[in-house]
Amino acid sequence: MPKKPEIKTVLLIGSGPIQIGQAAEFDFSGTQACRALREEGVRVILVNSNPATIQTDPETADVIYVEPIKADIIEKIIEKEKPDGILSGMGGQTGLNMTAELAERGALKNVQILGTPLEAIYQGEDREKFRSLMGEIGEPVPKSMILNSLDQVDEALATVGLPAIIRPAYTLGGSGGGIAHTRDELIRIIEIGLTRSRIHQVLVEESVVGWKEIEFEVMRDASDTCIIVCGMENVDAMGIHTGESVVVAPILTLRDDEFQLLRSASIKIIRALDVQGGCNIQFAYKEGDYRVIEVNPRVSRSSALASKATGYPIARVAAKIAIGLRLDEITNSVTGCTPASFEPAIDYIVVKVPRWPFDKFKNADRSLTTAMKSTGEVMAIGRCIEEAFKKALRSLDTDVYLHTNPNEIRMILSRPTDERFPTLFDAFRAGFPLTEIRDLTDIAPFFLEKIKNIVDLEKRLCDAPGLDDLLLARRYGFTEPELEALTGIGAGEIRNLAGDPTYKMVDTCAAEFPATTPYFYSTLDETCEIPRSDRNKVLILGSGPIRIGQGIEFDYCTVHAVKALRDEHVEVHIVNNNPETVSTDFDTSDRLFFEPMAIEDIMNILEKDHYSGVMVQFGGQNAVNLAVPIHEELLKRGMSTRILGTSPDSMDIAEDRDRFSELLRDLDIPSPPNSSAYSLEEARTKAAAIGYPVLVRPSYVLGGRAMEIVHDEIELESYMKEAVRVSRNHPVLIDSFLQNAIELDIDAVCDGKEVLIGGIMEHIEEAGVHSGDSACVIPTQSLSPAVIAKVKDYTTRIALGLGVIGLVNLQMAVKGETVFILEANPRASRTVPFVSKATGIPLAKIAAKVMIGKMLKDLGIEEPHICHTAVKEVLLPFNKLPGVDTVLGPEMKSTGEVMGIDYDFGRAYYKACISADNELPVRGNIFISVISEQKDEVIPIARKLRSLGLALYGTSGTVEYLADAGVDAHLIRKVQEGSPNVIDLLRKGEIRLIINTPSDKQSRQDHYQIMRSAVDYGVPYITTVQAARAAALAIEAIKKERITIEPLAHYHAAK
Amino acid sequence: MKAVLGLEDGTYVLGEGFGTEGECAGELVFSTQMSGYMEALTDPSYHGQILMFTFPTIGNYGVDRKNFQHPRVWAMGCVAREICDAPEKGPSVADYFAEQGLPGIRGIDTRMLTIKTRETGTMRAALIVGDDNGEYAVSCARNIPQISERDLIPAVSCTEAYHIGGSGKRIAVIDLGIKKNMVLSLKMRNADIHVFPHDSRSDEIMACRPDALFISNGPGDPVHATGAIRCISDLAGTLPIYGICMGIQVCGLALGGSTYKMKFGHRGSNQPVRYKDGSIYITTQNHGFAVSADSLPEGCRILYSNVNDGSLEGFENEYLDITCVQFHPEAHGGPRDTEIPFFDTMFRRLD
Repeated sequence: MPKKPEIKTVLLIGSGPIQIGQAAEFDFSGTQACRALREEGVRVILVNSNPATIQTDPETADVIYVEPIKADIIEKIIEKEKPDGILSGMGGQTGLNMTAELAERGALKNVQILGTPLEAIYQGEDREKFRSLMGEIGEPVPKSMILNSLDQVDEALATVGLPAIIRPAYTLGGSGGGIAHTRDELIRIIEIGLTRSRIHQVLVEESVVGWKEIEFEVMRDASDTCIIVCGMENVDAMGIHTGESVVVAPILTLRDDEFQLLRSASIKIIRALDVQGGCNIQFAYKEGDYRVIEVNPRVSRSSALASKATGYPIARVAAKIAIGLRLDEITNSVTGCTPASFEPAIDYIVVKVPRWPFDKFKNADRSLTTAMKSTGEVMAIGRCIEEAFKKALRSLDTDVYLHTNPNEIRMILSRPTDERFPTLFDAFRAGFPLTEIRDLTDIAPFFLEKIKNIVDLEKRLCDAPGLDDLLLARRYGFTEPELEALTGIGAGEIRNLAGDPTYKMVDTCAAEFPATTPYFYSTLDETCEIPRSDRNKVLILGSGPIRIGQGIEFDYCTVHAVKALRDEHVEVHIVNNNPETVSTDFDTSDRLFFEPMAIEDIMNILEKDHYSGVMVQFGGQNAVNLAVPIHEELLKRGMSTRILGTSPDSMDIAEDRDRFSELLRDLDIPSPPNSSAYSLEEARTKAAAIGYPVLVRPSYVLGGRAMEIVHDEIELESYMKEAVRVSRNHPVLIDSFLQNAIELDIDAVCDGKEVLIGGIMEHIEEAGVHSGDSACVIPTQSLSPAVIAKVKDYTTRIALGLGVIGLVNLQMAVKGETVFILEANPRASRTVPFVSKATGIPLAKIAAKVMIGKMLKDLGIEEPHICHTAVKEVLLPFNKLPGVDTVLGPEMKSTGEVMGIDYDFGRAYYKACISADNELPVRGNIFISVISEQKDEVIPIARKLRSLGLALYGTSGTVEYLADAGVDAHLIRKVQEGSPNVIDLLRKGEIRLIINTPSDKQSRQDHYQIMRSAVDYGVPYITTVQAARAAALAIEAIKKERITIEPLAHYHAAK
Repeated sequence: MKAVLGLEDGTYVLGEGFGTEGECAGELVFSTQMSGYMEALTDPSYHGQILMFTFPTIGNYGVDRKNFQHPRVWAMGCVAREICDAPEKGPSVADYFAEQGLPGIRGIDTRMLTIKTRETGTMRAALIVGDDNGEYAVSCARNIPQISERDLIPAVSCTEAYHIGGSGKRIAVIDLGIKKNMVLSLKMRNADIHVFPHDSRSDEIMACRPDALFISNGPGDPVHATGAIRCISDLAGTLPIYGICMGIQVCGLALGGSTYKMKFGHRGSNQPVRYKDGSIYITTQNHGFAVSADSLPEGCRILYSNVNDGSLEGFENEYLDITCVQFHPEAHGGPRDTEIPFFDTMFRRLD
């Protein structure tokens, strides 16, 4: 069947900002889909509000709209672009929900829904429809009941019983769901679930907690051919969201007859849904009995994992199927010689482990439930399960605390948190019998046995290891430092005894056919499949799992660097371990290594072939931290490979406070008084000398981890205890904290002679809020030409002074006409994609070219001058993490970002707010509560909001000073004063926006409760005066003039 | 326990032996299936072959006799990267091999051997458990006859005819080494089943007044199935004939077609076949010989072909009422997608 001839233009909706439950996997899928469609000659219109995506690059789609993913806006885009089809299943649940909404409002009359039909969207998400479909085809689902109101709780209790699982309809990553063991828990979770659900509906169902959780990725084409791409098994039993579970591929503990039972059911289900493309189906399985748990009629986090686990490009194939191609008409691009109508056979074990943000959110509830809390994940490949487990744990790059107290171990095992998986090892170390661990965790003995194998081997290694033990240890993935610690045998000798690691290929077919795709993993085995060649090669370090502070932006930069180097005919290899990303797509680079990224792993790769250089600038702080160790190891081994770009020594100058201060002194550039200290004593003296408040943080920070503003010596003391543990080898940095300063972010590229300033971003929040959490705007809005000139001058001189070759990010604070340098990071920053999208200048690509010796003047790129405004706003994860403090501070908390672009600041900010799910109201009630110190700033904002026709509500203090200033506002009670208070109004939906700045300690509790309620009831909120001012401007702008809906290219062409 | 696997090209690999000390020799073949290892090991079609699994951890869910395709293991030996020593249930594969006196080797680079097999074609091999003399293993591999020269069918076929009662159509089965699930697939459809040894004559078969003749799977080169070939030649046109795996090869030969030895065969549960109407099915396969599509006489029509390499996967002769497939619709292990299309169609047509 040829492709549908009537489909010439297709609209693809992205998934928006990275958030918990919806991460980089949809950029990966969407990008693959765009390429696949364009290969077939289809014109692709793409809408996504997330600038840090490859899919919004000009070379990925034909027309790109960086606009809010809202039905009214997309409807206008449809009117303008007149697509013939809409590909619904590539933008996650956001994409599906949007497709449904567009269809409901009649916007798709002339647009075919491709891939996932409308009915399947409803059947996948609406529980009742799902159940009735399963009933029709005779597939078992858990007993359940749908609730639309809290009155039905007792009925639900009678039908379903306890424990029961609560799942809200139409939410991301099961947000707002949970398991209830008591009636009270049931009521509480249902109430929140009803609010979160787009259609006010939750499902309460029979608990199948403790059953095996099995997933299938199924593909189907229009001629009804069905294949299973991959079966996956959760190590954590039912009860923990699959996104929160440790997952293995393929399915390991099911007999073939059990496997086939579920396989056949999967095919029956995808046929019943009539999906043309990919579908994820989840089962609970227990001794011959099963339940269909969930169906995702689209590409998903699991399908991204399945793609990386098998090498089968699900999104690519799904896109081609959607426009009418049959599976046997699509080539398996891995083998290049067989069609896509087969089921991958794999000859390795894949393990996925989620990455949680609890290192950032100390107060968060760490329990793992049916709702997602993780921000990212790692994948590891091994030839045995033990090896894959060990590699996955290493890839996570988290601090693991050893637990030895049996009661503590028992507690962690029985109430699953992020700590449970590593604690399984501790349990065996502490001598727990396997049966007890199984009873505590419901984890299949098969997996526990593998963990026990590792622990048993550790013990043998400690005693008197034989050669067999050492060989086994290498096969199990023990690292050289681990072995040295356990046995006292050095790395060199271990290599002599056990040999070098080898690399095996991921080829979709277990070597049955020759494969052309160079996708490798390491293992200890006989033969290595890497062909050595004499071509000039560069290895680029990826950024690993998505975590707060190290998001998709770095993957974006990595992919850009690859493209730039390939344009220059350099062979580029990538090492990374994040299965969600474009960088780990098998055809992004010339060779892909799916590996942990410790020094040993990198050196093993470098030893296997001839590399001229390694690039560490693009992978974020983790990669940068490897620069010096790699550099030293290269010299020690006498290898000719070099770290490309800025030298490790220059990087050290930027990171080392004293050396950096010296540089600034030499350049005569001011920085806030600062110092560093290795001990509490030293810190005390130095902080006092600088004067409180001070900003303290460990050196080599990642996303501001453990960074705090300390107001006095007592706070300093408690901070030091925390920070010193965070990083023993590096001092604590102490900076004077500049109050009420304007903070700037500058991204630039330097070739050693010239500096290209990509963008100067003005933060909307004041200094003190982490730059990653602050909204910012290009071009700057409040700086004088003189200050801008100074900023440019400082940037140029610092970049040259540091000896930067490649990217550099500077953070500055402006107070009056003085510009202070806060820090310089000679690497890609998280704002690079935003700057590139805002200005049209591909900074990361330019940097990569500069790093291999090109000069800026030869590249012919000019500093951008833009006539539009672009605002970056962030997405905060509070709605996914119960218990977390919502106040912004120097610790980064956001998971992702969006861009609003328009011809003035107000409208650009308005769009950014919509995209960040913080839609500003143009009418209705606003609640304002701001501390009295800020009242002078708040009064004009309040006055403006009133004049724009919005009603104001406030508590006594605020209402009083507003009244004094002639701005009328309604008085309501404080939370402690009882009902009716602001929370009651929130619950009733009478407040459309909250402006509440964190205040003194007494009313802090109030603030916390209000913000928590705002998050839970989905009401937009603002926590800084600066953001409130911006919001008022935005509301004003939007009342005056409509937002512009134009492709990104139009803005760039207009300059 | 020491062990070594030697190949006829001179390669040998040392590994850890499991099961019982001893020697075995046969063709080294690989299967890419990821589950169903006991179904494969007990499949009589693997007689004369040493079975290597490409999936690296075998034996994860132990040994469950319920899944056996024959009462015993027929593969000459088992080659795996790892055998799970502590499955959740039942004896481990290693314990079962020890109990049954079977040889196996583990801890070796199976992917390397798979690539070698893919590149050079299937090779003879010898597995020595209890010793690590590689040269000896290689010489053993070179000393056994090629699989085409061996008649492996008598060992796996039943020696006496037997009857499995049923209320439906009467099916005469020629057992060339039949898998249990082929019989079960017939039984599920209420067939009255008469199973005959491989060397039965057509008059013996017709004595049970069958509604159809069914030719099973079996090991090695189909040219040795002389009894079955003669029966088909005798009976073609007098009653409907169905064949699976070696069954199709035997039908092909009986009609005057030819078979050939494939480079390394198809073994696994992920083989796509294309039906004449264009639809695709994923099938289980286990064969090293195939019918040459060009050799089929007039009147035969291709039903299925392999999507990967275009080889013949099924044909029919409407005039003679012969329908046969190369893949395994009865599955076990592997996908069940073709069970209904094959067997239901068969019984519908017999009605």
